[in-house]
Amino acid sequence: MTMAAARFQGSSRNGLLDAALAVASLAMASPLLWTLLLSLKSNDALLRGTQSAFSPPYTLQNYADILGHSAVFAWLLNSAIVSLAVTFGVLALSSLAGYGFARLRFPGRDALFVIVLFGLAIPEQSVIIARHQMFTALHLHNTYGGLILPGLAAPFGVFLMAQYFRALPKELEEAAWLDGASHFKTFWRILLPLSLPAQVTLGIFTFLATWNDYWWPLISATNSDMYTLTVGVASSQMNFAQTNGVGFLMAQAVFASLPILVVYMIFQRYIVAGVARAAA
Amino acid sequence: VPPTTQAAVAAPRRVWSAAASEARSGLLFVAPYLIVFAVLLVYPLFSGISLSLHKADLFGGSQFIGIENYTRLFRDAVFLTSVRNTCFFVLLTVPALMLIGLGLALALNSNSRRSAILRGLFFSSSVLSVTIVTLIWRMVLIPDGGLIADLLAAAGLERIPFLSDAHLALPAIAVTTIWWCIGLPMMLFLAALQQVPPDLYEAATLDNAGWWRTLASITLPSIRRTAVVVAVIEIILQFQLFGQAQIMTLGGPNNASLPIVLFIYQIGFQRWDIGYAAAASAVLFCIILTAAMAQFFAARSRPGA
Repeated sequence: MTMAAARFQGSSRNGLLDAALAVASLAMASPLLWTLLLSLKSNDALLRGTQSAFSPPYTLQNYADILGHSAVFAWLLNSAIVSLAVTFGVLALSSLAGYGFARLRFPGRDALFVIVLFGLAIPEQSVIIARHQMFTALHLHNTYGGLILPGLAAPFGVFLMAQYFRALPKELEEAAWLDGASHFKTFWRILLPLSLPAQVTLGIFTFLATWNDYWWPLISATNSDMYTLTVGVASSQMNFAQTNGVGFLMAQAVFASLPILVVYMIFQRYIVAGVARAAA
Repeated sequence: VPPTTQAAVAAPRRVWSAAASEARSGLLFVAPYLIVFAVLLVYPLFSGISLSLHKADLFGGSQFIGIENYTRLFRDAVFLTSVRNTCFFVLLTVPALMLIGLGLALALNSNSRRSAILRGLFFSSSVLSVTIVTLIWRMVLIPDGGLIADLLAAAGLERIPFLSDAHLALPAIAVTTIWWCIGLPMMLFLAALQQVPPDLYEAATLDNAGWWRTLASITLPSIRRTAVVVAVIEIILQFQLFGQAQIMTLGGPNNASLPIVLFIYQIGFQRWDIGYAAAASAVLFCIILTAAMAQFFAARSRPGA
């Protein structure tokens, strides 16, 4: 970075911006810290007043209660099964279709690709009612299949993978074809390993979106043993702060965010790069 | 047959069969996705449009009624309230997300450790699910023992029941949403700032331009395209407000915070008036598409964009 750019970008040159940043950071962090503090207080202490969150004694009792409350683990397991299945399903379907659209010639290819691109503009809400009816007819509600299948239809992955494959040099597979390798073998041995960076980006975003999805599991998984974590956490706050106690609910919030925060921290670099590429 | 003729016949055949085999492979590669796409996205889209022209219920009863569901929507005071609420919500959130996102990007666009930590902080809420965010913010906003109530009480002020006040419920949901969603606009603006050619800043330094001058005449014009992208993405996202309202207020009090998607949910999945809900979702689709296109073309027609 050159000096001039660094001088402009370094925020120390602007006191107003610095003050605003301090206020924004405080507003951003305080709900998180406060939640953490509340989760470490006993429910009885909080009943007498939430101000006690700012002073000891603190306890891990709420977290112990969660460990004894098996429903949360069932929700976690459901979320993990559904998110992983959608992620790997999307990666497989999008890589195959992306390669087909980008590198092989077949009749109707361009028209089909444009139709898939139009699919990007279809919001979930405009298909959800008909899809719900279809899944009712097929008895797919309250099954893993019912939670997984809709996620596989998203066109974004096909678009992303086609873009990626198109940018790779054509000579790669022509040499393999001349050697008599089949199209699938060429894809599997040569092109697929090269697409790893795009696979990682697509995989992370698919996983995050599926893990956090609320709309479809709310409608489809109505039996409490098929709840995903998002729906389960929603169900437990419906009678807010009355049955379980504030400390327990806040411990649940912290506990339920841990898996996704860990995923975020591990893959932070790829997430940032993915957003940057999407913007460019 | 002379050898030369034999070769001339064989070569095109080999080319032809290579092309045929490529076409067959190509179709096999795209077929698995296209089947899922057709069954789970295209079919429900058209079947939804067809449903919106029927009086349909949960038990499969269905009767063609033309555009009656649509005329009924535009006479339905609750639906019109939900449209108004959603537009108001978009106005509350999208400009704020853009301004704060840009401000954060400007403040945190450096290689320092402090900037990296704060970028992580401002993006961290974006990876949380809506149900965790609402759990946190209901506790922040609750008048009895909430974080804001405690702070107001410490300052000797009245506690405010944000979520049960008709004028404050939607703004409170908007604040929650800005807190939740600020990471994406910040990241998109940061990516754009890094694309600004450094020699433009050199020139500004030589001209002795101040910080604000540089911002107005170099930085902002350079990231205009990203600003349009952020606006379109956020308009589309925020028009789909659902979880926050469904969990925090159930659309209340008295429908004051009822957004369109929650209206669709209540009609379709609680009252099972499926044709009517399908009509409402078609209207939402048109509103989103219109808003996004208007924004897109407005930005395009501006000179120099």
